[in-house]
Amino acid sequence: MSISLPPATENNSNSLQPTGWLRFISFSLDHKVIGLQYLVCGFIFYLIGGVLAGAIRIELLSPISDFLARDVYNQVLTLHGTIMIFLWIVPVVNGAFGNYLIPFYVGARDMAFPRLNAVAFWMIPPAGLMLITSYFINGAAQSGWTAYPPLSITTPAAGQIVWIVSVLLLGGSSIFGGINFIATILKLRRPGLKLMQLPMYCWAMLGTSILVVLSTPVLAGTLILLSFDIVAHTGFFNPALGGNVIVYQHLFWFYSHPAVYIMVLPAFGLVSEILPVHCRKPLFGYTTMVYSIMAIVVLGLVVWAHHMFTSGTPPWMRLFFTIATSFIAVPTGIKFFNWVATLWGGRITLNSAILFSCGFIVNFVLGGITGVALAQVPFDIHVHDTYFVVAHFHYIVYGGSVFVIFSSIYHWYPKFTGKMLDEKLGIIHFVLTFIGFNLCFAPQHWLGLNGMPRRVAEYDPQFTLVNQISSVGALLMAISTLPFLWNILYSFIKGEKAGNNPWQALTPEWLTTSPPPVENWSGEAPLVTKPYGYGEKNSDEGGSPITQA
Amino acid sequence: MLQKTAIYTISISLLIIIGGIWAVDNLNLLPVVASSNAPIYDELFKVLFVIGIILFVGMTGLVIYSLIRFRKKPGQVGDGIALEDNLPLEIFWTAVPAIVVLFVGLYSYDIYERMGGMQSLSTNSHDHHSMNSEGRVWGGIGLTSQDAIERNSLPMINVDVTALQFAFLFNYPEGEIVSGELHVPRGQPVSLKMESKDVIHAFWVPEFRLKQDVIPGQPTVINFTPTKTGKYPIICAELCGPYHGGMRSTVVVEEPEEYQAWFKQNSKQPEMEL
Amino acid sequence: MTTIPSTKEKSEELTSSEHQHSDHRLFGLITFLVADGMTFAGFFAAYLTYKAVNPLLPDAIYELELPLPTLNTILLLVSSATFHKAGKALEAANSKQCQKWLLITAGLGIAFLISQMVEYFTLPFGLTDNLYASTFYALTGFHGLHVTLGSIMIMIVWWQARSPGGRITNVNKFPLEAAEIYWHFVDGIWVILFIILYLL
Repeated sequence: MSISLPPATENNSNSLQPTGWLRFISFSLDHKVIGLQYLVCGFIFYLIGGVLAGAIRIELLSPISDFLARDVYNQVLTLHGTIMIFLWIVPVVNGAFGNYLIPFYVGARDMAFPRLNAVAFWMIPPAGLMLITSYFINGAAQSGWTAYPPLSITTPAAGQIVWIVSVLLLGGSSIFGGINFIATILKLRRPGLKLMQLPMYCWAMLGTSILVVLSTPVLAGTLILLSFDIVAHTGFFNPALGGNVIVYQHLFWFYSHPAVYIMVLPAFGLVSEILPVHCRKPLFGYTTMVYSIMAIVVLGLVVWAHHMFTSGTPPWMRLFFTIATSFIAVPTGIKFFNWVATLWGGRITLNSAILFSCGFIVNFVLGGITGVALAQVPFDIHVHDTYFVVAHFHYIVYGGSVFVIFSSIYHWYPKFTGKMLDEKLGIIHFVLTFIGFNLCFAPQHWLGLNGMPRRVAEYDPQFTLVNQISSVGALLMAISTLPFLWNILYSFIKGEKAGNNPWQALTPEWLTTSPPPVENWSGEAPLVTKPYGYGEKNSDEGGSPITQA
Repeated sequence: MLQKTAIYTISISLLIIIGGIWAVDNLNLLPVVASSNAPIYDELFKVLFVIGIILFVGMTGLVIYSLIRFRKKPGQVGDGIALEDNLPLEIFWTAVPAIVVLFVGLYSYDIYERMGGMQSLSTNSHDHHSMNSEGRVWGGIGLTSQDAIERNSLPMINVDVTALQFAFLFNYPEGEIVSGELHVPRGQPVSLKMESKDVIHAFWVPEFRLKQDVIPGQPTVINFTPTKTGKYPIICAELCGPYHGGMRSTVVVEEPEEYQAWFKQNSKQPEMEL
Repeated sequence: MTTIPSTKEKSEELTSSEHQHSDHRLFGLITFLVADGMTFAGFFAAYLTYKAVNPLLPDAIYELELPLPTLNTILLLVSSATFHKAGKALEAANSKQCQKWLLITAGLGIAFLISQMVEYFTLPFGLTDNLYASTFYALTGFHGLHVTLGSIMIMIVWWQARSPGGRITNVNKFPLEAAEIYWHFVDGIWVILFIILYLL
C-alpha cells in the first residue's frame, strides 16, 4: 500500500504575499517560512557565537592573557554565552522546529496566531544585531551572560544596557512563541485527534512553553530592576544603597534554570520523533514519556538555587535544593532508558540523523551524571564556577541540544527543501563533531576539579597542556562545520530529489509533498492516531503501513 | 538469558567499582588534601565517580551494542519488533534510579553535615573582633563536625578577609596584622569572616575543597582546620572584572611554631599571646 | 493508523476552524496575562524578600498614607463593575449604553492615574532615596503603566463601539471582552499590590 499525493501548487489565494525565496526575507505569516527563518537566522548566530568561542580557546592556548585585551575577553565570553543561549538554541529548538512541525502534528494549516508568530520572529534579528554592534561601538556587556550585580552595575553602562534591552526583546519573542504553542497544541487539534495520540514533540513543546510563559517574565522584571540600578541609581541590588545582590541571583536563576529545560525539552521531543523512524520501531513507553516531561516541567521550577550553593544561601536552603534537583534525574533517566529501548530490537539505518541522535544520548548521559554530582551541595562547593561546570553544561547544551539540532536537520532537510543531503558528508560531519566536541570538553572536567576557575584568560601554567588539547578539540569542531555547510548548500542545488516520504515515516508532515504546499496538505489534514505505528506487529501485512523494498 | 545478563552486569560493575576507586586514588583526579574536611569530600567524589562511570559505560555500551546488533543490513526489508512497553522493566528502571538518587541525596547530606555545612553560621563564626559586629552572616560553612567537638581545646584563629578588585587582604584582628597572604597553623581551627569592598568575589582553595562567595555588604564565613603544611593557592572564583583570572593569593599552612614566629614578627601589638 | 480524508470535506473544515478562532484569541490573551502576572510575581517576591531580610536603614524615610490608595482601590473596583456593565450592554446590543459605561470606566481609570500622581507628588521620598522607596515606585509605576495602557484600550474600544459600521457588535465582541479581561487583571494586581505594599 503506498500513498501518493498530487503535486504542490506554488501560488495560493494570498496573492499579496511574496513568492519564492523572497518569502524568507518578508513578514511571512506561513509557519513553515517562519520556522525556516528561525533556523537560518539561528544558525548564523551559532556561527558568530562559534567565532567568539574560537577566540576564547585561542586565548586559552597559553596560560597568560596575551591574545585579547582583558575587558574585551570578558565581552567575548559574555556575548558567546548570550548569543548561544538566546539567539541560537532557544529560538531554534523552539521557534524553528516548533513552528514548522507543530501545525502538521496537530493537523492544522498554521499556528493559532500567525501574525504573533511573525512578530516573535522579527524581534530576533534586531535584538541580535543590537547585541553584536554594541561590541564595536561602545563595548559590549562584560559581566557574563549572568550579569551579576554589582559587577554589571560598575562595568561600562552602555554595553550592559544594550545587553538588557536585547535580552528583553529576545525574552519577549520567546514568550510570544510560548503562547502560540500552547494555544495551537491545546486548541487547534483536528477533529478526532486526541492529546495522547499526538507525536511526543508536541508534549515536549507544551511543557517547554509552560516553562517559557511562567519563568521568562521573571527575568524580564529582574532585568528591568537591574537597568534601574544602572541608569537611575536605585539600590535594588546594591548593598551600599541598602539592596541585596542575592535577590538578583534568586530572580535571575528562577528563569535561568528553567531556561536550560527550555533548551533541552524540545530536543528530547525531537529525538523521540527521529529514533522510531530510523529504527523502524515504536517509541518505547509513550505514556511514561509524557509524564516524565510534566514531571521535569514541575520540578524544573523549584530547583533554581542549585546555581547558588556557594552564594548567600543558608544551609537549609542549600539542602532543599540539593534534594529537589536530584529528583529530576529520575524522569530524565526514564526518558533515556526509553530511547535506548527504542533502539533495542530495531532495524536501524546508520545514517547521520541516527548517529547524531545516538551521540546525543551518549553525551547527555555524561552531562546528566555530572549534573547529578553538581546537584549535591558538598560536591558543588569545590567545583562551582570552575571548568567542571563549563564542561557539564556544554555536554548538555552542545552534546545535547546542538547534536539534536544537527540530527533534526538531517532528518527534516528533505521535507524542508525536497532534496536529500549527502550521507557521506553527514558521517564526516558527525565524526569530526563528536571527536572534536569530546576532545574539547572532556578534559575540562579535570581542569575544574584541579583548580581552574571559569571566565578567566589566564591560569596556573600546570594546566597548559590540557587547555591546548581542549583548544585542538575546538578547532576540530570549527572544521566540522565546513562539510556540513557545504552539504546544506550543495544539496539544495544538486541534491537527489527526496519525494514526499524518503524515510517512510508515519507522522503527518511526511504525508504531503516536499516541500509542503502553503496549506500543508492539498486535501484534508490526515488523521494519524498512531504516529509511532512501526514494528512487525503493527500492521496487517507484517510491516509498517508504508514499506517499500 | 536474564541470568547471563545479570552476571555480566554485576561483574562489569564490580570491575568498574574497583577501577574507579583505584583511579581516584592514583590518577591525580583531585589536588592534594590539606584540610580536615577534604578527605570527607573525596569520599563523596569516589562514590559519585563510580556510580557515574557505571551508568555511563552501561548506557554507552547499550547504544553501541544496539547500533551494531540491530543495524539494518543491506537488502533487509521490514521493521523492528513492535515493542512499546514492558511494565516490569519500566518499574525496575524507575525504582532503581529513584533509590540511587535517594541514596546519593541522603549520603550527600551526611557528607555535608560532616564537612560542617549544617552548622549554624552565627555561632560558629568568630564573635569578637569582627569587622561588622551587627552583621548577619549570609552564607558559609562551619568546622567539620569532628573538629567542632574538639574545638574547645584549641583556640580559633580568626581572620577577617576583604576581597577587592583584584586582591585578597587578610586582617588578623588580635594582632592587628594586615597581610596579602593567609598564614595559618596546621591543626588549629580557622574562621574566616569575609566581605567584599566592591563586586562579588569568591574565596576558593582547591586543596581545602572549600569555596564561598565574598559579597559586598553581606558577610560570609568559611571555617576549616588545615592538616598539611604547604603553600596552596587562594583563587577568586566569581567573575569580578578584567583581572579576575589574575586574582589569587596564597594560604601558607605552617607548623604552629613557625606560625607563631610569623605572627609575632608581623604583629603590631606588643607581646600578644594567643 | 493513518486516515487520509477525501477532499470534499475541506470546505466544512475551514468554516469550523474559522468559527473556533475567536475562542483562541481569548485563550491567547489569558496565557499572556499569566506571563504578565509572573512579572509582577517577580517584583512581589523581591519586595517580600527585602522585607524579610533587608531592614530599612535607621535614617531612611519610607512612610505611606492610606487614604489615597484606598480611594484608588475603590476607583478600580468600581471601574471593573462599570466595565462589566458595558459588556452586558453590548450583549444586549445597546450600543449607547455600552459607550456610556466604557467612558465612565475610562474616566475612573484616568482618575486613578491622577490620584496616583497626586500621591507621588506628596510622598516624602523619591525613587532613589532608599530600597523601599525604589521598590514602591517600581511596583506602582509598572502597575500604573498597565492602567495607562488599559485606559487607552478602553478608549479604543469606545471608539469602535461608536463607529456606525458596528465594528463591535454583540456577535463580534472580542475587542471589548479582551479589554475587559485585561482590565480585571490590572484590577486584581492592584488589590494584591495594595495588600502587600500598603497593608502588610
